[in-house]
Amino acid sequence: MTGDDWQLMSFSARMAAASTLLILPPGVALAWLLARKNWRGKVVVETFVALPLVLPPVVTGLVLLKFFGRRGPVGHWLHDQLGLEIIFTWRAVVLALAVMSFPLLVRTLRAAIEEVNPSLEQMARTLGAGPWRVFFTITLPLAKRGLFAGTLLAFARALGEFGATIMVAGNIPGRTTTLAVSIYQSVELGEDSHALLLAGLSASLAFAALLAAGLLQGGKR
Amino acid sequence: MKYFGILPMALVALLLAARLQAAQITVFAAASLTDVLKQIGAGYEQSSTDRVAFNFAASGPLARQIEAGAPADLFISADEARADELAAKGLLVNGSRRSFLGNTLVIVTPPDNETIHLPADLTNATVKRIALGDPKSVPCGTYSREYFDQLGLWPAVAAKVIPCENVRSVLATVETGDVDAGIVYKTDAAVSKKVKVVYEVPAGEGPKITYPVALVSGSTQPEAGRQFLAYLSSPTAQKIFREAGFIVLVAPGAK
Repeated sequence: MTGDDWQLMSFSARMAAASTLLILPPGVALAWLLARKNWRGKVVVETFVALPLVLPPVVTGLVLLKFFGRRGPVGHWLHDQLGLEIIFTWRAVVLALAVMSFPLLVRTLRAAIEEVNPSLEQMARTLGAGPWRVFFTITLPLAKRGLFAGTLLAFARALGEFGATIMVAGNIPGRTTTLAVSIYQSVELGEDSHALLLAGLSASLAFAALLAAGLLQGGKR
Repeated sequence: MKYFGILPMALVALLLAARLQAAQITVFAAASLTDVLKQIGAGYEQSSTDRVAFNFAASGPLARQIEAGAPADLFISADEARADELAAKGLLVNGSRRSFLGNTLVIVTPPDNETIHLPADLTNATVKRIALGDPKSVPCGTYSREYFDQLGLWPAVAAKVIPCENVRSVLATVETGDVDAGIVYKTDAAVSKKVKVVYEVPAGEGPKITYPVALVSGSTQPEAGRQFLAYLSSPTAQKIFREAGFIVLVAPGAK
């Protein structure tokens, strides 16, 4: 393991953590809306959110590239109004990871919230608690294993993301190269033993995250 | 009655024989050759029963694939180094290798650029990102880096480099406008309407760019490969290469 490998691992972990933190607030909100409310267009939103799970990741990457590129509708605005560059920067890494891991968080958490007995929430309401208080003191604590599991799954997915990342963030050593992208590049360069070392690292990280998620989701209280 | 069956059977047998003779030639070729080789391959298929399939990528990864045993009959690299690597490992047929094409580097920008006219302009602070082929695996990137080294500009541009997978992805990246400039071959710039060529490296300056072609030792149909290799130097093929902006060097297979 060289210093570059450590940098790579820490960069990938930090990017995955940042994207997971970024999707937590909207993920929790959406999971609750999907689990507890009936609204027009719910099925459409649900399907839309699940898309990155089944689309080829490069397609997701392409869509992001078109939106966030300097000539894209969002990217153009960010560039002109805020001077923010997205594509080919670490922000693009976070963006790609966030979009790719969002469905895992939402789906896991939604299932957990659905399992919380609504009568407990109603009781709290009759005792005078407001909707926010009910959510944070009853619903979320009871769904906390789903929350942790979903968060870990999202984090693990983000760690392994390749297709969308390379489309929007490229492969700039020390700036946007993630573990997965570096494995690909090592193979391209014929450095197979380095690729295997990185693959081992990546597999251990993913295994740990998945194992933790499984224990939290399946374990008995 | 039974004799009527002979004619159709003979026809079927003939067709089958023709089928068996038709080879499927697989050519691993540098990404910059994408358009010309497709055109040449289509022409070849009209004059031969053989079919030609291409695998286009940067020469570095192509060489790795051949090392790993990919079923290639011909290898066309955009630089000598990748062919040297394979030759050193005995993966190219001795004596089949010839450098048959040359090319030129150009600086391209999105059409709205007004500030970049010369290589030195790339060092300006307003130029934030320059797309190059990854100098480690993409010949065009290696040449670009050599050129910057010659000019003494590499230290000033290194931090702005966005390394791309092959020369065509450099072109595509410049087209999107997400970078300020890129370096591709003249022949790549010519296939895009969405980039502006702001500078062409003059002949004699910059690294010498040559494309070697060779038969791959692992080929199971060297004769078919040899024929396509010879076709690459036919007047028809040379005309297509020239029209695309390539410099035609020697004729591979010519006596």
